[in-house]
Amino acid sequence: MNLTLKIWRQKDAQSKGKMVDYKVTEISEHMSFLEMMDVLNEQLINSGEEPVAFDHDCREGICGMCSMYINGEAHGPDRGVTTCQLHMRMFKDGDTITIEPFRAKAFPVLKDLVVDRGAFDRIQHAGGYISVNTSGNTQDANSLPISKHAADEAMDAATCIGCGACVASCKNSSAMLFVGAKVSQYALLPQGQIEATDRVKNMVAQMDLEGFGNCTNTGACEIECPKGISLDNIARMNRELLKANF
Amino acid sequence: MSVLDSKVPKGPLKDKWTDYKNHIDLVNPANKRNIDVIVVGTGLAGGSAAATLAELGYNVKTFCYQDSPRRAHSIAAQGGINAAKNYQGDGDSTYRLFYDTVKGGDYRSREANVYRLAEVSANIIDQCVAQGVPFARDYGGLLDNRSFGGVLVSRTFYAKGQTGQQLLLGAYSAMNRQIARGKITPYNRHEMLDVVKVDGKARGIIARNLVTGEIERHSAHAVVIASGGYGNVYFLSTNAMGSNATAAWKIHKKGAFFANPCYTQIHPTCIPRSGDYQSKLTLMSESLRNDGRIWVPKNMEDVIAIREGKKKPTDLSEDERDYYLERRYPAFGNLVPRDVASRAAKERCDAGYGVNATGEAVYLDFASAIQRYGKEQAKIHNITNASADKIYELGAAIVKAKYGNLFQMYEKIVDQDPYKTPMMIYPAVHYTMGGVWVDYNLMTTVDGLYCIGEANFSDHGANRLGASALMQGLADGYFVLPYTIGDYLSNEIRTGKIPTDTPEFDAAEKEVTEKINFFVNNKGTHSVDYYHKKLGNIMWEKCGMSRNSTGLKEAMVEIKALREDFYKNVSVPGNANEFNSELEKAGRVADFLELGELFAKDALEREESCGGHFREESVEIDGEQEGEAKRNDKDFAFVSAWEYKGEPGEAVLHKEELEFNEIELKQRSYK
Repeated sequence: MNLTLKIWRQKDAQSKGKMVDYKVTEISEHMSFLEMMDVLNEQLINSGEEPVAFDHDCREGICGMCSMYINGEAHGPDRGVTTCQLHMRMFKDGDTITIEPFRAKAFPVLKDLVVDRGAFDRIQHAGGYISVNTSGNTQDANSLPISKHAADEAMDAATCIGCGACVASCKNSSAMLFVGAKVSQYALLPQGQIEATDRVKNMVAQMDLEGFGNCTNTGACEIECPKGISLDNIARMNRELLKANF
Repeated sequence: MSVLDSKVPKGPLKDKWTDYKNHIDLVNPANKRNIDVIVVGTGLAGGSAAATLAELGYNVKTFCYQDSPRRAHSIAAQGGINAAKNYQGDGDSTYRLFYDTVKGGDYRSREANVYRLAEVSANIIDQCVAQGVPFARDYGGLLDNRSFGGVLVSRTFYAKGQTGQQLLLGAYSAMNRQIARGKITPYNRHEMLDVVKVDGKARGIIARNLVTGEIERHSAHAVVIASGGYGNVYFLSTNAMGSNATAAWKIHKKGAFFANPCYTQIHPTCIPRSGDYQSKLTLMSESLRNDGRIWVPKNMEDVIAIREGKKKPTDLSEDERDYYLERRYPAFGNLVPRDVASRAAKERCDAGYGVNATGEAVYLDFASAIQRYGKEQAKIHNITNASADKIYELGAAIVKAKYGNLFQMYEKIVDQDPYKTPMMIYPAVHYTMGGVWVDYNLMTTVDGLYCIGEANFSDHGANRLGASALMQGLADGYFVLPYTIGDYLSNEIRTGKIPTDTPEFDAAEKEVTEKINFFVNNKGTHSVDYYHKKLGNIMWEKCGMSRNSTGLKEAMVEIKALREDFYKNVSVPGNANEFNSELEKAGRVADFLELGELFAKDALEREESCGGHFREESVEIDGEQEGEAKRNDKDFAFVSAWEYKGEPGEAVLHKEELEFNEIELKQRSYK
């Protein structure tokens, strides 16, 4: 298929950016979206132009490195996938595809489609851990049974890949789905409950400091999340925060 | 005598590690505060090492090319992590895990290292659970296990099909705690481009800030390389796009020997390639072989009908299918080790039985498992006379709970529903057992320079068993390196801060800068990917699943010629002092173009078949094992450690003879 791409080009964090049009031809429906971008870049390099910078790494939907806001949706039109797993069979010959970086105050653009998601790391530094040293003599893993239900729910929350689609999809640029998932994973496990109070307070404080907005229960984040992280996690985070403050 | 000293402690195998820990020198807590350690790579090995070293009190700097340590490619490991817990009471033990790993590695690993790995494996699970890793559990609340290839027990712990992700997030959380305390300084979007040696010791690195392009100097009392494997030398592999050998290759050029580069794991269950534009291959976890049965049609007419779309795989009756692994290896069936399963798939496809348009695919079928689970569930839920649809529904739900994310991934890529029709799979490059040579302390042949995880060569011999990479990465990082590095650093307490304004740092930085300037000024005619794909093609065709002397000799010549062409004609757009993905790739591919040649040379010199290294000249010609790989213990029971001498083709071979005192060398039989 032949496509027109409208892509955000921005030289670096300081420069102003703009949308630029490109044409790509003979795109196979079996290609992934990023393979289509590879074709464009190869074309640009061969004609002496600078390729489009974009983040990507594992290309199997788990590292969370790839981003892109495609036709107004984080990770594009398919559900439950990251951009690297989005396939060109979702598009038709002659389509015009608009490709922007994730847009949020807390995610400044570094170049073209690459944004800085360091804010997510800093939120995790604030409390995204259980304080246990590597000693080699922690108790036996089976000495504390955990209900399958709780373990499975913790796992569902822990599935978050930290890509930032929730922030990009939110009209308030809220990071609450991300933070809620992390708070939930630990709150659901007995190992995490000891520090639960400080954790939720510190992580939420850091989240606010980074300039993310608040949640107004629109639910776009849940729809666009490539890993299906549930809004329940935001509710659980709010409950944990209320518990922590009283 | 060999220049290689493995430094394996004396004494009985089972006491070596305990005795060693009792007798090493320690560094007191006050002195640890004055000692700096650099860790390059933040996957399971690097992340766990960085966190543990920081907990101990050292000042740690971590480097990763991704935008966050959490994105290292360990995150993509799916199936699980082994540990000799014997929670299932099925006869597992430290010894059995040790034995399976040495046997699975085709007797080409160091006994003492592997025993230590098995010994610390149980602690890893305890540690991860304490960190909040949500492993799968049974209804009683205890940890669940599954089985992997090459073993007869269930010792694999897992978190759905995302075990690597959960373990890495565990290590990352441990890092976060130390970052918050100021004990780890993370340098994300940074790439190490050389190691700096002072008086023969590793004293720092030169790194490039990938956002600004700035070249930075970082000093330390010891440097740890945990940068992963070199599978991307094949261009197409299951590795991440950015996975590279640059850190490992740069230290090789500065004196660290490179061991067994030809030991590469071609994983049997990956999604087949679909076209020339393909940028990477996707693994379908080996855990699927617990429940999936691998087959091709028995009759050529059916193969042709399927390729032409006239028949569907589900149209074929049981006796029209060739479950070739069950046929050839009745004892292990679909759970033979990876190298055996991959070669068997290639054998069927080479014979013309491949089931897709390219002829390079076999089926992995879950219909039997769905039936089996469905009937079991019907019984559990007291459903008598369950309809076929009900049984299917109940069975599919169990399969979904076990492998749901893998099935979803498959469906998104291939556009077929694996609950309804068998998956198509084909082998792909997945893991590299070879790597930087290290002694028992995980130190390379350069003082103060360590190498851990997939980047080193140490524990998997010529073939790695499933779910053992996660085990090794975390064992090295959490439980081995923190002891062994202390023994070395105990001699550094009077050294003081290492300055970076020295001639050694000047020289290393100059070399790095010149190379970068060369690339951006070359203005050639071909992209970096053009060369990477060409290299990958040579590697796959001539150094792939089966190798022979003629092909390997050709590969060496072709890779050298390709490298020369690369330096003449490569084109790298953009500048040095900016975010420049093409420049990053150029440096990595330049190193692969050297590594590939050494790879071929190593494969050529090893005139035996062992593990992932299959030489067509070395097969069993008769008897029960006819056609199977033939190892040659008399002439090749050694580690090939290569010393760099200016050109990869001129590397000098040093042999570390492997001694087997606990395990008798046998031909691996999975029949």
